[in-house]
Amino acid sequence: MRFVRFLPAVLVLAVALLPLAVPWLKIILTVALAKGLAVLGVVVLLRAGQVSFGHAMFFAASAYSAAFLMQGFGGMDLAVLLLAGMLCSGAMGAVIGLFVVRYRYIFFGMLNLAFSMVLYALLEKMFHVTGGSDGMAVGRPTYFGFELERTAFETALFYSSLVLAGAACWCVHRFLRSPLGEALSAIRTNETRLEYLGISARRVLLIAYVLSAALAGLGGAVIAVNQGVVTPDLGYWIRSGEFVFIAILGGAGNVLGAFAGALVYELVRFYAAAMAADVWQMILGFVLLGIILFASRGFVGLYQDLVAVAAPDRPGREREPKR
Amino acid sequence: MHRCLKLPVALALILSAGTAAAADKPETLTIGITGFLSGPASVFGEPARAASEILLDDLNRAGGIGGVPVTAIWVDEGAGGEHVLSEYRRLVQDVGVDAMFASISSGNCKKVAPLAEDLRILNIMWDCGTQKIFEENSYRYVFRTQANATPEMLSTLLYLLKTRPDFETIAVVNQDYAWGRDSWHIFSTALRRLKPGVRVVAELFPKFGAPDFSTEISRLLALRPDVILSTSWGGDLDNFVRQSVQRGLTERSTFVLPLMESSLQRIGPDMPEGVIVGGRGDHYFLHPEFRDDDAFAAFVERYHAATGEYPIYPVFHIAQALAALQGAYERAIAGNDGAWPDREQVVDAMEGLEFRGLGRTVRIRDDHQGVEDQMIGVTRRDPAYGFAVMDHMMIFPGAEITTPAGMDSTAWLENLPESILEIPVETYRHAE
Amino acid sequence: MDPILLVLATLDGIAYAALVFLVAVGLTLIFGVMRILNVAHGGFYAIGAYAAASLVLSVSGADLNPWLTFPALLVAAGAVGAVLGLVIERGLLRHIYAKEEVLQLLVTFAAFMILEDVQRLVWGVQPYAATDPVRLLGTVEVMGIPYNAYQIILLPAIALLVLVGLRWFLRHTLSGKVITAVTEDRETAITVGIDARRVFTITFVIGAVLASLGGALASPTTAIQLGLGAEMIVLSFAVVATAGLGQVEGAALAALLIGLGRSFAVYLVPELDVLIPYMIMVLVLLVRPQGLFAVAEKRRI
Repeated sequence: MRFVRFLPAVLVLAVALLPLAVPWLKIILTVALAKGLAVLGVVVLLRAGQVSFGHAMFFAASAYSAAFLMQGFGGMDLAVLLLAGMLCSGAMGAVIGLFVVRYRYIFFGMLNLAFSMVLYALLEKMFHVTGGSDGMAVGRPTYFGFELERTAFETALFYSSLVLAGAACWCVHRFLRSPLGEALSAIRTNETRLEYLGISARRVLLIAYVLSAALAGLGGAVIAVNQGVVTPDLGYWIRSGEFVFIAILGGAGNVLGAFAGALVYELVRFYAAAMAADVWQMILGFVLLGIILFASRGFVGLYQDLVAVAAPDRPGREREPKR
Repeated sequence: MHRCLKLPVALALILSAGTAAAADKPETLTIGITGFLSGPASVFGEPARAASEILLDDLNRAGGIGGVPVTAIWVDEGAGGEHVLSEYRRLVQDVGVDAMFASISSGNCKKVAPLAEDLRILNIMWDCGTQKIFEENSYRYVFRTQANATPEMLSTLLYLLKTRPDFETIAVVNQDYAWGRDSWHIFSTALRRLKPGVRVVAELFPKFGAPDFSTEISRLLALRPDVILSTSWGGDLDNFVRQSVQRGLTERSTFVLPLMESSLQRIGPDMPEGVIVGGRGDHYFLHPEFRDDDAFAAFVERYHAATGEYPIYPVFHIAQALAALQGAYERAIAGNDGAWPDREQVVDAMEGLEFRGLGRTVRIRDDHQGVEDQMIGVTRRDPAYGFAVMDHMMIFPGAEITTPAGMDSTAWLENLPESILEIPVETYRHAE
Repeated sequence: MDPILLVLATLDGIAYAALVFLVAVGLTLIFGVMRILNVAHGGFYAIGAYAAASLVLSVSGADLNPWLTFPALLVAAGAVGAVLGLVIERGLLRHIYAKEEVLQLLVTFAAFMILEDVQRLVWGVQPYAATDPVRLLGTVEVMGIPYNAYQIILLPAIALLVLVGLRWFLRHTLSGKVITAVTEDRETAITVGIDARRVFTITFVIGAVLASLGGALASPTTAIQLGLGAEMIVLSFAVVATAGLGQVEGAALAALLIGLGRSFAVYLVPELDVLIPYMIMVLVLLVRPQGLFAVAEKRRI
């Protein structure tokens, strides 16, 4: 039963090796990693008890910035696109954050939704700039100076995303453990007490918001390059809902859960749409219901239960806070 | 979770077992077809899928292509662009399909064209209309077996100029996406060249999928333009036409609806007479040249029995794509001394191919664009059908109205020769 | 702007606002009482529209008195709202009242996804149109422009009726007062012996019926097709958020604001029409986060 404890490592390895065995899967896995990065952004805010129903706007903003850069300069390096995407959505997060961090709970969620719908409507309406609902094509950037063929580029992009995902996990993990991260949790438990300590809840939330926007932006830049096209749908409210959905699926507030959730979500979605085209939304809906009703701590919760069953006497099995 | 990840591996193993080596005569010929099976555009995807089943059934009964039966795997474009690209790869790289038909959406055509090149798979763009594909890029593996937006719009304009030459004002109500914008660009560019001085009184681009056009209609009622153009389709077109009829707009202005053929049956008896309508090619279940042709009539009857409806243009488009595939294989087999051709030989055989689906013969040009004749008519009621039919149909020769290979449509339209107004067209009346 | 166009734009705006209000008011009622932002509302709207179109078509096709199509709209709306409302409240929401807000919202999101495919499975992909009610009422001319009486007279009248009826119900009937009590202060209401669960069920069903009524009344004016619900639900969110959550009268005014904003945009700056509702929403939320009509101290979710 000790195997259970190595399950996460085995899974990460499996994901890393899978594209070698099944080449066409890497495009889906890259999508999952890109969405996982955005979900990680949602997870950061969930730590403060805040749910953003508009996070897809940062995903879309960064994806479009990649498209504009590629178009404007007739080519660009992947590193520049990723960095510019993060910067662009981070800056946008700072501006929008100034407004939204004044609000909590449903108001926070709705204001995010409102902003994202404005962006969506703009992307869709400004046909002559953004290509309207058909979006813009994104060519293949160079990879750290190298011109790669499609297959090589996709492989490189997949492993880069995997590394980025790992790095993002580590950073967010450290962030949440830092005094700032602890202050973030305090917003959820008792904001007034936080303020008494002389810490500005708004400032803490703003920093987290910018971080979370930048993470979504990183994911958006990856997906733009991976798909070769950006459309306003990247910023639609259903996409924002999807991110929250995946966050809960993986295990709310858990860093690794974001990626576990994104992988399962993408695979279920892909196979459901390919095998049961008439009912794929319904299948996803039932999966979500099942998780919420019977395992509301998500996959991470299920895993923790599994560990608990496998090794009931081991201390420290609940390293992640139980919710 | 673990099991979920194993699933694709297992599936991949099962599916890859069916892959055949090139140039050996395969057990079956498999094609992947992308089309909308969900969302608003499924009004096109579903009829095409139903037709593909009948056509493949007929084809396989007659011995398939060179003795090899053909099967099709459909991919739902309604599940999103990401899904289409992933499925495209899975079908090509894992299932090992012999050709792809993609797609309905012009956006998806733009996405899959470079992918097809990289995967070296024959890709027939079986329905999408954007004229830009072959004007902005050239491809080896990508072909279009029907016309594109330029001849479709130009034939509509020519019909309007021939039948109602006196209009002075025009308004447009198109869906707000590339097709709506581009088709208006083509139409208005040609209009400025062929009839300068026509005033455009309103350019309205309501949101794609808008359920209600009341406000737009009020504005048009107040403006009273002589002509109202709408290249919308599906539920959007149904709504616009119905709401216009209800409020008498169709009595005040001449309606020009180049995609109306696909909505006529749904609108039913409400459709007024005298509306200029088209179906993106010579696509019409009462095609004046073929309606009495045995094979054509038999197909229409079978389709009607299977679906309860008469075929609309995407049915004709899928028939053309299949006919082109069959033609290319047969040409390649003939050129290969009767031996089964490899994929590159089939791709070579596509160039310059002439084939006939359900309408007139189509030819694939050097730039891989299909040259297809265009039919436009006006609505008329016939008590034999519960909906409006077409009358005074004109069939415009595709070669005259398609942008020459290697030219940009806008540049060509801006300098159209006046003589285009005099190109010979055949006119047909509706036979009761 | 030409005074004639001013009148036309106003009429169009009112007709549009009436429909949006009918959907939004159910959403705001449910939120006020249950503190759940019900995404499945879009599904209720769409299925109400589909069911009404089917029933109207069968009435039209059955050689009955065509005026029976009007009660058919109401019957379809009532049946869909009551059945779906009960099933979802009793079957799903009941189990998660104790859980976090975001989980409650996601449950309704899951229900919305499931209902999307239910529509597909039951009604297929072809658009449905049942226009008899609009045709029967004919047109009225305003300044030489024909308008559908259904849209500029009947719909606003029904919206007004619903507004007045809800006001009366909430203030002058026992059930209504109980609902108001739970909205104002849930804990106290439960302490004094109000059965909150029953109130939740009643409210949710009323809200669901209002949503499907919105769909049913919209059905004669438009072709019903897939994807209808997703658009309507964000628009309703915009109305509800602009008005302030739980504000019934506010929703009416916000719907009017958004309806007029949109129709004037079509006349003056047609490129902006889809942006208007969300711009209004953002501006209002920035200035008054609790919405135009809600009182700040009610912010106690």
